[in-house]
Amino acid sequence: MSILVENLTKSYGDAKAVDNISFEVHSGEILGFLGPNGAGKTTSMRVITCYLSPTAGTVKVEGHDVLTESLEVRKLVGYLPEQNPLYFDMNVIDYLEYSAQLQGVFPSRIPARLKEMVDVCGLGEMKHKDIGQLSKGYKQRVGLAAALIHDPRVLILDEPTSGLDPNQIVEIRSLIQNIGKQKTVVLSTHILPEVQATCNRVIIINRGKIVADGPIADLQRNLHGGEKILLEVEIPDEQSFEMIAVQVRNIPSISTVSLVSEQNGVKRFTVETASSIDIRKELFQLCVQKRWNLLELHREQTSLEDIFRELTSDVIPR
Amino acid sequence: MNFNNIKYIFLKELRSFFNSPVAYIVIVVFLVILGWFFTSNLFIANISTLRTVFEMTPFLLLFFAPAITMRLISEEKKSGTLELLITKPVKESEIITGKFLAAWALYFFTLLPTFCYYITVSFIGTLDIGPVIGGYLGLLFVGAVFLAVSVFGSSITENQVVAFIVSFLVVFGLFMLDKVLFYLPTSLATYLEYLSVDYHFSNIARGVIDSRDLIYYVSAVGFSLMLGTAVLQKRRWS
Repeated sequence: MSILVENLTKSYGDAKAVDNISFEVHSGEILGFLGPNGAGKTTSMRVITCYLSPTAGTVKVEGHDVLTESLEVRKLVGYLPEQNPLYFDMNVIDYLEYSAQLQGVFPSRIPARLKEMVDVCGLGEMKHKDIGQLSKGYKQRVGLAAALIHDPRVLILDEPTSGLDPNQIVEIRSLIQNIGKQKTVVLSTHILPEVQATCNRVIIINRGKIVADGPIADLQRNLHGGEKILLEVEIPDEQSFEMIAVQVRNIPSISTVSLVSEQNGVKRFTVETASSIDIRKELFQLCVQKRWNLLELHREQTSLEDIFRELTSDVIPR
Repeated sequence: MNFNNIKYIFLKELRSFFNSPVAYIVIVVFLVILGWFFTSNLFIANISTLRTVFEMTPFLLLFFAPAITMRLISEEKKSGTLELLITKPVKESEIITGKFLAAWALYFFTLLPTFCYYITVSFIGTLDIGPVIGGYLGLLFVGAVFLAVSVFGSSITENQVVAFIVSFLVVFGLFMLDKVLFYLPTSLATYLEYLSVDYHFSNIARGVIDSRDLIYYVSAVGFSLMLGTAVLQKRRWS
């Protein structure tokens, strides 16, 4: 267990930013922390990184409690805060060296670590420039390099790709995926494709509570419980939609069949099942048996956007 | 306390003083003002003494101490780098101490060139070395108190102007304390006198190094730094 969060609550005055959440992250996992603005993502991450203390509950990183063994936790964690704060008047290599020193990297190992981070994050040409002069993408890389400088076992990234252009986003993502192979990565974002591209597990948090937790594929399946299949067939003889629907419904576990469009004998309709059973095979065989020309058959996935909207659309306080 | 961490923070802050115009402006302006007061008086009074240096420096420090330290912590708060610093395995007390020592070192480098006044005066007259050593020692202590208080002032806000004004008010209070004492009843005055920076300084500047004065300076610095540490720690429970 790399990160263990048990019944964590964090209140600011009367307002609960995080309300009794529990989850665990295993090493080698890239966890996406998803939620609308103000849902409690940053607060949870700040508790894990020892910036804030929990109001109630326990948080452990690699077995060390954030309250009683805070220094140990901070040695193990690499953290890139939201907005990526940096010392603009320092140059890149000095800043990375300062980070390494404060992280307690052994002095004789620092030059090697600096070189490796400069290579990994592609900072070669920029290493003697002042951070304030760098473009946003390079600043982000500097932040990431500083978070990785002590080869941490746990990496916490708060919106690592915000404000980057599409090319930079792809670069940073592939960097995170590479890193995530050996380490535990928790990254927060409200950009949904990012989660799909990088994470193998998602936690959706809304108003301080976890509303979904699991691999993306599971979430997509579980939300409605059933599957939705789009079918387009060309039916030569004049048959009404109702007659076809009756025939389709003969396949077990189908709940609804509805017509989408009809043109020159080409009928397009959606078939929904009650449970998550794959009925594409049966549908294909039905078409063969009835001698319908099958033009298109595909499973429609509930997009992450739909899941997100469904789970967090009560954002406006009642 | 991890002394390596203090050293790293100290070196980083000192370097950033000298990488920016801050250090040079402080040193030049300080020396110009002090030099003007020193030389304009020297030949008129016709006494070979460095008293002007020791009298003017605490006064100038009222402005310079808050100016040197105002950005030390407030800027880290404002730009969010404090979050980076605190999530590293570094204690709040180490952050405060490292930054305080950097400011004190800058003050030391500011004071260093005034030593040529000593050389000049000792060439043209006879100068008693005792009060000179005592005076410089006293200046270092007074500076330490003012800077430590100002580091605390910088820790309570993310606005540098607020940090400057708060620090100035506290430092000014400590400086003025023994000058307003005759308005107060004597029973109270003796206690308050002990809190005054200038009262202890005048002892040392006469060349008398008394343990009471040293204890005062050390405890005033320690107390201010502890307050600053507490302010940084409080954030975790906000």
